[in-house]
Amino acid sequence: MIEVTDLHKSFGANQVLRGVSLRVEKGTTFVILGGSGSGKTVLMKHVIGLLRPDKGSVRVAGVDITGLEGKELTEARRMFGMVFQKSALFDSMTVLENVAFPLREKDRSLSTRDLRERVIAKLKVVDLAENVLPLYPSELSGGMQKRVALARAIIHEPPVVLYDEPTTGLDPITTDYVDEMIVQAKERLGVTSMVISHDIASSFKVADRLAVLYDGAIAAQGTPEEVRRSEHPHVKKFLSLWFEKQ
Amino acid sequence: MQKLLAAFDDFGQMLFFGLDTLRWAVRRPFRPNLVLQQMAAIGVGSVFIVSTTAFFSGMVLALQANYAMRQLGAEGYVGGSVAISLARELSPVLTALFVIGRSGSAIATELGTMRVTEQIDAMETMAVNPVQYLVVPRLLAAVMMFPFLTMLFNALGYLGAYLMATYVAEIPEGPLLEHTRTFVNPDDILHGLLKSLIFAAVVAIITCWRGYAATGGARGVGEGTTRAVVVSSISILLVDTAFVLLTVGSGR
Repeated sequence: MIEVTDLHKSFGANQVLRGVSLRVEKGTTFVILGGSGSGKTVLMKHVIGLLRPDKGSVRVAGVDITGLEGKELTEARRMFGMVFQKSALFDSMTVLENVAFPLREKDRSLSTRDLRERVIAKLKVVDLAENVLPLYPSELSGGMQKRVALARAIIHEPPVVLYDEPTTGLDPITTDYVDEMIVQAKERLGVTSMVISHDIASSFKVADRLAVLYDGAIAAQGTPEEVRRSEHPHVKKFLSLWFEKQ
Repeated sequence: MQKLLAAFDDFGQMLFFGLDTLRWAVRRPFRPNLVLQQMAAIGVGSVFIVSTTAFFSGMVLALQANYAMRQLGAEGYVGGSVAISLARELSPVLTALFVIGRSGSAIATELGTMRVTEQIDAMETMAVNPVQYLVVPRLLAAVMMFPFLTMLFNALGYLGAYLMATYVAEIPEGPLLEHTRTFVNPDDILHGLLKSLIFAAVVAIITCWRGYAATGGARGVGEGTTRAVVVSSISILLVDTAFVLLTVGSGR
């Protein structure tokens, strides 16, 4: 579904990605695990076409999105739904308006009633009831905001959902709630998911496959079990702290 | 030196941002609802502050003009001199400065907050151009509302001046109105309105850019808002001087 090949990106003298290659199969969850400054956010921005690589390509559903511009890029972006680190809900809009936003912008002929019904259906998928519709993001808990953000990301039924640090800054219970949400989204909707995270526990919980990014390159890649057995010194160090705690 | 280069770089980026806004302004989809919302926020929301400023400015201008003119025995010219000062200079400039304080700061804060909380990035990933969705309506609303507010300033400023001149300074109403008519041409009012259109574009682009380009957290938004107010206020004064030099010149 997503194929990243030999991706390079520098900002000035700072080389952020040094030849990243990975493959995400349809209907699976792929986690990119890495510490701060490992280049994972930059990698994700390439996947959705917010950044252009210096070298290499990103193919999504067979389409090379690295060379796209204007309308073609806009169309390609409709293949994605993205859940941001701090949810990034529009704080001047209600839950209904937030979730309906991508759909309303895609098809401006949809009636208000139609939009409302589709929003309610998607809220059900993320286990939220109709009573949140008139609320503003500031009136929701962190976990609920994440669910609304996911509902907004999947409202136009994209084949791919991207999660940017979905559990950063959340308490353990809410983290668990969000992990569950990611697993359920895959099971209920059959979407392909790509998660970037530095949260080892969450990553191992939600991933079908994962890659550890270190200094702009992939240090280990495979199933959670394969990555756990990696002999790469950074991966061992990165994972050991957490596994020792368990 | 590095700071100077950074300032030039920022200025260049802002110019591109302005051009980008113009490019998106003529592209579909048009969003009249968003423009109306911004017209209410920038225009209707500023009516109170603009009216109050105008009324009081008109009143004190009349008294000051009366103080000066009475020494020449020319107090009949108070209405005309106040009206021409308002129409050509004070209404467009003071309106712009007060709208910057009230709405320009709000624009920079709102867009800055949206930037640092990734709401603008989110919009982009939803295949919606943020410049078209957020900046174009604010530019169009400003361009439509600045002349309206300037006219309001003209009217209430003159009303304040008229009341002070006739009731406090006891200038006879006849010469006051007569000299206003002979002094002030439609061209003077148009001169002020044309300036207000230019000010609107300058204020909208600068305040939107400072929000749009905000970085960091709450502090970045605060700095962006302060710069939005300072840079747009100074820009208004510079543009005004340039406009007057170009249109009126030395008057010789």
